Amino acid sequence: MGRTLAEKVWDDHVVRRAEGEPDLLFIDLHLLHEVTSPQAFDGLRQNGRQVRRLDLTIATEDHNTPTLDIDKPIADPVSRAQLETLRKNCAEFGVRLHPLGDVEQGVVHVVGPQLGLTQPGTTVVCGDSHTSTHGAFGALAFGIGTSQVEHVLATQTLPLARPRTMAITVEGELPEGVTAKDLILAIIAKIGTGGGQGYILEYRGSAIEKLSMEARMTICNMSIEAGARAGMIAPDETTFEYLKGRPHAPEGADWDAAVAYWKTLRTDDDAEFDAEVVINADELSPFVTWGTNPGQGAPLSANVPDPASYEDASERLAAEKALEYMGLDAGQPLRSIKVDTVFVGSCTNGRIEDLRAAADLLKGRKVADGVRMLVVPGSARVGLQAVSEGLDVVFKEAGAEWRHAGCSMCLGMNPDQLAPGERSASTSNRNFEGRQGKGGRTHLVSPQVAAATAVLGRLASPADLSDAPVPAGV
Amino acid sequence: MEAFTTHTGRAVPLRRSNVDTDQIIPAHWLKKVTRDGFEDGLFEAWRKDENFILNRPERQGATVLVAGPDFGTGSSREHAVWALQNYGFKAVISSRFADIFRGNSLKNGLLTVVLDQKIVDALWELTEQDPTAEVTVDLETREVRAEGITASFELDENSRWRLLNGLDDISITLQSEADIAAYEAKRPSYKPRTLQI
Repeated sequence: MGRTLAEKVWDDHVVRRAEGEPDLLFIDLHLLHEVTSPQAFDGLRQNGRQVRRLDLTIATEDHNTPTLDIDKPIADPVSRAQLETLRKNCAEFGVRLHPLGDVEQGVVHVVGPQLGLTQPGTTVVCGDSHTSTHGAFGALAFGIGTSQVEHVLATQTLPLARPRTMAITVEGELPEGVTAKDLILAIIAKIGTGGGQGYILEYRGSAIEKLSMEARMTICNMSIEAGARAGMIAPDETTFEYLKGRPHAPEGADWDAAVAYWKTLRTDDDAEFDAEVVINADELSPFVTWGTNPGQGAPLSANVPDPASYEDASERLAAEKALEYMGLDAGQPLRSIKVDTVFVGSCTNGRIEDLRAAADLLKGRKVADGVRMLVVPGSARVGLQAVSEGLDVVFKEAGAEWRHAGCSMCLGMNPDQLAPGERSASTSNRNFEGRQGKGGRTHLVSPQVAAATAVLGRLASPADLSDAPVPAGV
Repeated sequence: MEAFTTHTGRAVPLRRSNVDTDQIIPAHWLKKVTRDGFEDGLFEAWRKDENFILNRPERQGATVLVAGPDFGTGSSREHAVWALQNYGFKAVISSRFADIFRGNSLKNGLLTVVLDQKIVDALWELTEQDPTAEVTVDLETREVRAEGITASFELDENSRWRLLNGLDDISITLQSEADIAAYEAKRPSYKPRTLQI
């Protein structure tokens, strides 16, 4: 019987296999950041261990870093201490580090792909659940805890039980104005936050094949929100084109050998998945979340659901609690929800195509009165690219704040946070209670919906902008 | 890692599903660089409500958390496991755990037990009616026992062996040094490198 993409990559990394034991897998690339690594380095020191493969390890700073005044000392002493700990650890052990202010600094899942380090058929780990992002290249990529970070630093391997595989087949074509973000939010709403638990997802089908690499990264990024540790997309010409010429992409004969191998990384026709979900892309429309987990979402044209409509008691209770936290009424149109803040950025939607999409809609328009909009590039390189295209000027002229690269408002670890009770439309990945700041209320959206929402001050799609007032003289 | 064989203690019934790791330990706690001192951050936002179950006097000293489905979703932060342990929990029972949280818990000796939702419901009813009711989580027999309830649970033999003996994963893996070196020797030259060494 044939094998799936995930099984092929898995099998190619088995260092040791024995009956009744997890497989010992080799790790090709280990990404580090300041939050989940300090205790791992301490463990190495306590046991007199070294980093086994410095040439397969790279670190950057993202979660704690401010997005303003980055040339000044970090104001929060605890954040500063954590960043200093990473710098000290990287210096002591010899790990390559791209600190705040470095041109290669940025959100770890934006940095790996743009350097060309994320490649098809590799295993990629990081102490961050959104490591699933790298699966867009046909890599087997997953988030790990700090004990596993220490394990990989010391051994470049991980003992793992092989997950089952699930095909998410998306046929058709996304309608205009409907993005990869809308698609993944619709997938999560369909299978639930636990639907992918124990599986590696493979996104496939004609709608997936048409997506750019950046859109594929948005999809794979949120696999974890469906409970799956990893999501993958088979590499193709789009993948090879994206990689060619990047700083760490193979060259010459190595490029040819690599491409020959990468072309084998497709699920065989006679392979069997343990589960399959089919989605029709043609039927999708802009999708937003109304609740406090990423599965609690609906098309923007819908109303806030009535908890009483859920048959499952635990889902009903979850919906009741979510509406209470979010300050929403059952039956209220999603389009009537007013926001205080709009955030464009994160490892989900902080790449150049995302910024271009938001800028396209903001050009000649203004952010609504009383709405704060933050635009945060996923990496310093993405920021430079945006500036070279004049996108920063578009954002600033529209009244948005243009910031430096980092995780920013995706999570409450740096100064960019919601105040209690504040509501945001956010291109990030989690709408958990307090995720963007204590008491903050989050609606997950695409960059296009974020931009339209910023202009109208309420949840909106680009189509709603046709009747929005355009300032005179533009 | 501390070994886990069997544990008996009072329980905290937590009737919530999708308890994500941002609820278990909010992000601002993650700036700490130690594995301890997270107990005050556990469920920090919910504990501001004096009626939250963890705040009730009869739940003080309880060591077994009985939670709703999809416990530990979201972030990979191992701090969530440390916070539960720092607070005093020895075991968590749910009908479904998020993968990364489960892996992290078993690497730290916090036993996460998967039971059918019907059994979780029965444990909730028992421990809500009688806060002094004790729950036993027995890894040797792979059983959860409480008054009127006996339920067996699954845990793969390898994980069970590591927990029962409190074994450290890294030292076990280092015994495979020859296999790792042999694998490294045959890796193709086109594989990416972060440094030229």
